[in-house]
Amino acid sequence: MLTDLRTWLLLVRAWLRAAAQYPASFALLMTGSFLVSGLDVAAILVIFSHVRELGGFTLPEVMFVYGTAGVSFALANLFAGNADNLGAYIRSGDFDVMLIRPVSAFVQLGADRFSPQKVGRLAQAAVVLAIALPQLGIPWSRAWMIPLMILCGFVIFTAIWAITGALQFLLVDAPEVSAAFTFGGGQLTQYPLSVYGADLVRGVTFIVPLAFVSWQPALYVLGREDPLGLPYALRFAAPAAALILSLLAALAWRAGLRRYRSTGS
Amino acid sequence: MIELDGVSRTFTVRHRERGRLRRRAQVVEAVRDLSFRVEAGEFVGYLGPNGAGKSTTIKMLIGILTPTAGRIRVAGLDPSRRRTALARRIGVVFGQRTTLWWDLPLKDSFELSRLLYKVDREQYRRRLDELSERLDLGGLLSTPVRQLSLGQRMRGDIAAALLHDPDVLVLDEPTIGLDVVSKAAVRAFLRGLNAERGTTVLLTTHDLGDIERLCRRVMLIDHGRLGFDGTVDELRATVPGEASIEDVVARIYLGSAPAPSLEPPNYPQ
Repeated sequence: MLTDLRTWLLLVRAWLRAAAQYPASFALLMTGSFLVSGLDVAAILVIFSHVRELGGFTLPEVMFVYGTAGVSFALANLFAGNADNLGAYIRSGDFDVMLIRPVSAFVQLGADRFSPQKVGRLAQAAVVLAIALPQLGIPWSRAWMIPLMILCGFVIFTAIWAITGALQFLLVDAPEVSAAFTFGGGQLTQYPLSVYGADLVRGVTFIVPLAFVSWQPALYVLGREDPLGLPYALRFAAPAAALILSLLAALAWRAGLRRYRSTGS
Repeated sequence: MIELDGVSRTFTVRHRERGRLRRRAQVVEAVRDLSFRVEAGEFVGYLGPNGAGKSTTIKMLIGILTPTAGRIRVAGLDPSRRRTALARRIGVVFGQRTTLWWDLPLKDSFELSRLLYKVDREQYRRRLDELSERLDLGGLLSTPVRQLSLGQRMRGDIAAALLHDPDVLVLDEPTIGLDVVSKAAVRAFLRGLNAERGTTVLLTTHDLGDIERLCRRVMLIDHGRLGFDGTVDELRATVPGEASIEDVVARIYLGSAPAPSLEPPNYPQ
């Protein structure tokens, strides 16, 4: 684990050094992505200028759900988001090169072509969370959940990236399928799930465990009833969901690697 | 140092036939029942026509591809199961593709390799000095890899593969596309490496000059099977008379029945 983090940091430092040769482009990319992801928040503000609540939640509460899910997603995107492009690495043969180095190929893939845009997205989500928190007056007895839920969300998103990446060993031309789950999941979790239909919420609770990224632990932190009446214990199930999903992801990635066919040269 | 026992690798290729929606699956054997041993300190050339299974064999040796059947040991390890552990013991050079980081200066690429391979700093310095002198890299260290010529890049790639002082060096077509001078430099370096450090070298090539000037032993693979295994002189002696090594090899390649497609499947580009 720590070795993987070290590897990731080493590779990202190298990419940042390469990117820093063009400082203006570096700064523009970062501000650009900060502003573009800011439009998401603008959309929420527009909604609240017309209604007082969304799915039964007030503006600061929605911003809390948005911020925690957004930080988890942005961290996972930072770490592993490039796994969406695995198919291109396989076709070009660059994945072979990653496989001859003595470090995890998944980590190398995640760090490759690291772009400062991803930092802008993280900063934006963190700002939203920082604005929401003081308005909510969450007691310390429940606030301990916040860092834990962000960590679990990060693990869940990273695992989804690994699983959809592993699928690309079989379906080399399917980055869009991957993005549907990764970026789609990122978008979905940014709103209180009560705005969606009940069947969808059950689906993302028990099948693809996205409800544990922000929704279930957020109900606990905000001290709210579950609008769908699902069991109270689910609010504490995020670590279990993260653990199970990451085990599945590790298995899927290994199975994918064993089926790897390389290119014909 | 390298042991293969009854190793096979098949690929399933799907063909879409005209007028049919279902695709027909065809199993292609890229390597079949291949067995050989390479002892420590040997210098072996691995030869074969396009699509004979050379690259597939190399990729199984370094742990990138998992064999369908059989047993492989390189430096005592099973490559596909212990890929990352094996990576510290072997060096790999692909002639067709660089293992360096495209946008980084050569010395940053080397430094990153040092950290990933966890090579001790002092040992690394000595090794880098020696390699850059022998491969004449001194003036290139601060040049980004993308600005290097093919010959310079190849020398950089060879240096990067040797920074962690591996027991085995595997090269897939290291002299492809190089001019006469660069070729000679690479050959001289490899010969010295094998003679002085005792590094085991296995290389694939289409350049018979590599074979004649470097390899004490030649293995020839065709249709996924070993067609010849012996010294260069023994290879020449398979055809009586004054035949050149080119003639001998061409005769062996042509003597075999026309090959079905044995290339591993190409993904659409």
